[in-house]
Amino acid sequence: MAKRNTYLKLSGLEPLVVTPESNFINVGERTNVTGSRKFLRLIKEEKFDEALDVARNQVEGGAQILDVNMDEGMLDGKYAMVKFLNLIASEPDIARIPIMIDSSKWEIIEAGLQVVQGKCVVNSISLKEGESEFLRQATLVKRYGAAVIIMAFDEIGQADTFQRRIDICKRSYELLVNEINFPPEDIIFDPNIFPVATGMDEHRLNALDFFKATKWIRENLPHVNVSGGVSNVSFSFRGNTTVREAINSAFLYHAIQYGMTLGIVNPTMLEVYDEIPDDLLERVEDVLFDKREDATERLLDFAETVKGQKKKDETTVLEWRNAPLQERITHSLVKGIDAFIVEDVEEARVLSIKPIQVIEGHLMIGMNVVGDLFGSGKMFLPQVVKSARVMKKAVAYLQPFIEAEKDGKQAFAGKILMATVKGDVHDIGKNIVSVVLGCNNYEIIDLGVMVPPEKIIETAVKENVDVIGLSGLITPSLDEMVYLSKAMKKENLTIPLIIGGATTSKAHTSVKIAPNYNHTVVHINDASRAVTVVGNLLQKDNHIFKTQIREEYNAFREQFLKRGKRKEYISIEVARKNKYQIDWNTSEIVKPKQLGIQVIETFNLKLLEPYIDWSPFFRSWDLHGKFPEILNDTIVGAQAQELYKDAQHLLKQIFDEQLLKAKAIYGLFPANTVNDDDIEVYDESKNVQATFLTLRQQLKKRAGVPNHALADFIAPKDSGKQDYIGTFCVTTGFGTQELAEQFESDNDDYNSIMIKALADRLAEAFAEYLHEHVRKDVWAYASNEHLSNEELIKETYKGIRPAPGYPACPDHLEKQTIWRILDVENRIGVKLTESLAMWPAASVSGYYFGHPEAKYFGLGKITEDQLKDYAKRRQITLEDAQKWLNPNLAET
Amino acid sequence: MGNIREEIEKRILVLDGAMGTMLQRYDFSEEDFRGTRFKDYPSSLKGNNDLLSLTQPEAIAEVHRLYFEAGADIIETNTFSGTTIAMADYQMEDLVYELNFESAKIAKQVANKFTLENPDQPRFVAGSIGPTNKTASMSPDVNRPEYRAITFEELRVAYKEQVEALIDGGVDVLLVETIFDTLNAKAALFAIEQVKEERQVDIPIMVSGTITDASGRTLSGQTVEAFLTSISHVPLLSVGFNCALGAEQLQPYLQRLSHESEFYISAHPNAGLPNAFGEYDQSAEQMKALVESYLKDGLVNIIGGCCGTNPEHIKAISEVARHYQPRQINVEV
Repeated sequence: MAKRNTYLKLSGLEPLVVTPESNFINVGERTNVTGSRKFLRLIKEEKFDEALDVARNQVEGGAQILDVNMDEGMLDGKYAMVKFLNLIASEPDIARIPIMIDSSKWEIIEAGLQVVQGKCVVNSISLKEGESEFLRQATLVKRYGAAVIIMAFDEIGQADTFQRRIDICKRSYELLVNEINFPPEDIIFDPNIFPVATGMDEHRLNALDFFKATKWIRENLPHVNVSGGVSNVSFSFRGNTTVREAINSAFLYHAIQYGMTLGIVNPTMLEVYDEIPDDLLERVEDVLFDKREDATERLLDFAETVKGQKKKDETTVLEWRNAPLQERITHSLVKGIDAFIVEDVEEARVLSIKPIQVIEGHLMIGMNVVGDLFGSGKMFLPQVVKSARVMKKAVAYLQPFIEAEKDGKQAFAGKILMATVKGDVHDIGKNIVSVVLGCNNYEIIDLGVMVPPEKIIETAVKENVDVIGLSGLITPSLDEMVYLSKAMKKENLTIPLIIGGATTSKAHTSVKIAPNYNHTVVHINDASRAVTVVGNLLQKDNHIFKTQIREEYNAFREQFLKRGKRKEYISIEVARKNKYQIDWNTSEIVKPKQLGIQVIETFNLKLLEPYIDWSPFFRSWDLHGKFPEILNDTIVGAQAQELYKDAQHLLKQIFDEQLLKAKAIYGLFPANTVNDDDIEVYDESKNVQATFLTLRQQLKKRAGVPNHALADFIAPKDSGKQDYIGTFCVTTGFGTQELAEQFESDNDDYNSIMIKALADRLAEAFAEYLHEHVRKDVWAYASNEHLSNEELIKETYKGIRPAPGYPACPDHLEKQTIWRILDVENRIGVKLTESLAMWPAASVSGYYFGHPEAKYFGLGKITEDQLKDYAKRRQITLEDAQKWLNPNLAET
Repeated sequence: MGNIREEIEKRILVLDGAMGTMLQRYDFSEEDFRGTRFKDYPSSLKGNNDLLSLTQPEAIAEVHRLYFEAGADIIETNTFSGTTIAMADYQMEDLVYELNFESAKIAKQVANKFTLENPDQPRFVAGSIGPTNKTASMSPDVNRPEYRAITFEELRVAYKEQVEALIDGGVDVLLVETIFDTLNAKAALFAIEQVKEERQVDIPIMVSGTITDASGRTLSGQTVEAFLTSISHVPLLSVGFNCALGAEQLQPYLQRLSHESEFYISAHPNAGLPNAFGEYDQSAEQMKALVESYLKDGLVNIIGGCCGTNPEHIKAISEVARHYQPRQINVEV
């Protein structure tokens, strides 16, 4: 047949052909939420018209391909991708050029591929999850008719040497071309552009290895192109525009010579190569090509002269030690360096009339800089917590001197009471906010966790606090907050109330809490906003701010209550008829190999390491993004890496010194569904030993879509089939509290928060581990399962382990049933609080459903009829039922 | 039995002309469309030409016969609207498999007969796969540009059913035609590739787009070259254009396509542009002269007719095509 034409060809409404004569192909990168804060904001606020303007500007500015990325933790990436691409399709002046669908999530990529008529570029896939997943995705890419960027990434990790780069690219190429006949001209390699001049020896060849790998690829892998994200190379010089632009331009200039054909470049971050001053260019090129031993140092020195910018590497470059005293103290605080703080504080103390003046003067000046940087988004949470550690160390050193002077009064900007409400044990978020406020010179009265409302009010009055901050994670805590707001009104308090925590929301605060209290109520969900809000509340003239807040919440409430989309619900009776149908005659039910209860008393925590899902860990530190990509994120990457390093360090200590104790209990039992929604659990003699009550979705569904309840996944009694259910509780929390207290007594809030965050992760990992053990060995319905950790996190296995208090079964009372069946408290010591939170906090409990069709769903809202029916089944009063299920009741 | 991949190297292959134009001659009534089987069907069925494969199979076979007699090498099955999406208009989604299967069978029987009679000219059946009546990359609602009346996935599922039935019915080639939205075509091609993989068959695929007007673009806005790039990921037997324009208006676009494509080139233009009454009045002789200009330039490998063409047109075209060499594929590498 015909001779193949082997150029990369793409299309929007018009074609783009990349030939050897083509100039460098410039990919527009502003329509990327991970790279552009503005674009992220526009998408978050659903300002798609303005978002389209961003795209249009890119096309008008000469972009030849448009990169679109919607990977952000807070976004529904698939929805945003599809909507934005659909809108682009309606704008011929934008749709003219090809689209680059950019995501680390395959499902988003695939959703994008399904809405674009032209030939796109997929950015990206790699061997990260193994050959079979790689080839599966590549086959689909080909079938959707797209070109693809292949990252130099394999099962081991990202390629960071010349050899690894070419090995992975060669392997990828051969798999694609030989195994699935992928057209080589549709392959674009991204051999990883890493930052240069980081000060670390292993990074010295970062640019040179990229150049060499690019050349090798172009010479040895016929017809492919090479691409890369250029700005990353100058990442170490964030803030120093002159140097960054010079590095970017010089790198790009040489990369093109070595064969890079297209790339993601921010045109505003480029200096014209020829206009880079000779002395700067020489130093940059020395670094890029690793020409001399001291190349990095020389560039760093030069960087100081052009902008006076601070250098990144705080350990090797100690020039800042020569700066004046105040600058050194500020530097230590901003950078979170505790090595010199005592020495500097001592110097300051000697120079001051009173020791207290060091706190009020030197240290507060430094902390104000931290506060400003944090408030303007130039510092991130983990850095601030580290700053606080330095601050505490300094204050601890000064304390004896202050006391000796007997005038130990420190002038604080205000007094804040912080508490996790009654029945709730979760305090990571509260502690972070406390630390951040503490950094900003507020005195914090932290009442800890499970604080009864009377105690909060009593302390607030006695201590004459300026603000009360409430936190909670589980849904019953929302009601505790409502209760407290009412109690505060009854006591005629006027203290502003701040609400925060994972399940809290502006909607709940404005609708359910604010109306109960005549004074200020604000919802805050990130620590940096806490500083501004508290600052405003404590201004002398805070009247305007308070009125504004009140008006804002009133308006929000009204809008929320009359928002257009009223959902439609069906009666519980109809919902039950529309249950999820499993054909029990043909379904194979696997009888567990081992029925009954098992306890794990001693467990080697190290086994959990590969099961850890790191993304939520970063989220708990307000760093949003998916692991491991977050480590190379252009905005928070450096912070994430540092945090990760510290976490690894502490984790190793936990493993080596067995600092935490893990325990687990689980049981598998015969069970059947009765009366549609209840699951009877039987003992050995077939007697009912307990009944799980499940709740059923009542939202009106499209035809053919069922109204789920967990009970649907267990065979009904009248089917005559004996089915099974499991239940479990795991904890890795024993020892956390002691360790946290120990860190706190060392003034180390950073590690105190870290240990709790890690314990949480380990508990989740344990739950994942145990579930796998149950699937493979105990219930043993999946003995042949082989899944990577990624797949585990994505829950691609058969069967589910829903937890009471989470979307599929928001009813916390179910935990009491689990506790009764397994005798959890007596056997492994995990307790339930009055709000049914688990203690220690780093615990997970739930059920096991083994049916292959069992899947997670969200209950959504239920209506009065199911509530009444539920109260009857649970044998509690309607009021009690209402209280427990409050967050899930539809408004009537 | 002939192999179309071998035949196309030897000569210019002639595709048939319009099915709809021919069926109009029968002037079928509502009752004729219904036949006995759909006597009591709740919706009106007149105009559902695909249904005639079940209710008037003789007429369909007759049209195929007339085109083969006129000299066509390839005839298209009577399945232009044979998807659950297009059949929803008549509430006949459940009949989709049967419609395609039977249509393919009828066409194949006629083709086999002609091949047996004259083995030197093997005849082929192309399974006609129309664009459906919905678009996946355009919104039908100007106030909601992000809205889509159909998704890729829905199209893929619908096309897959049609493709499986056509292959089961015995077609030699699949013809994805009258493409006004490239995304719809990509869903069809996706479905075909899936079926090819699942059944381990290698059925040839023809793709034919539609340039709507003098803008030189598809309805969904793509230029000739962008369209070609967007569908070239599949190993096609041929790519070409049909419908909307007459042979004269189509020529410049065909030239561009022929210049760029590494696949064989097809064209089945309308019999000119419609007159004020929506009728096509270009005669067979007129069309023959225009097509001859394609042949002189060596533009095509497959040539036929679309709206307004009948066996006379095809006869004229096949007579002239005989005297020319097929287009040579010549793309610079």
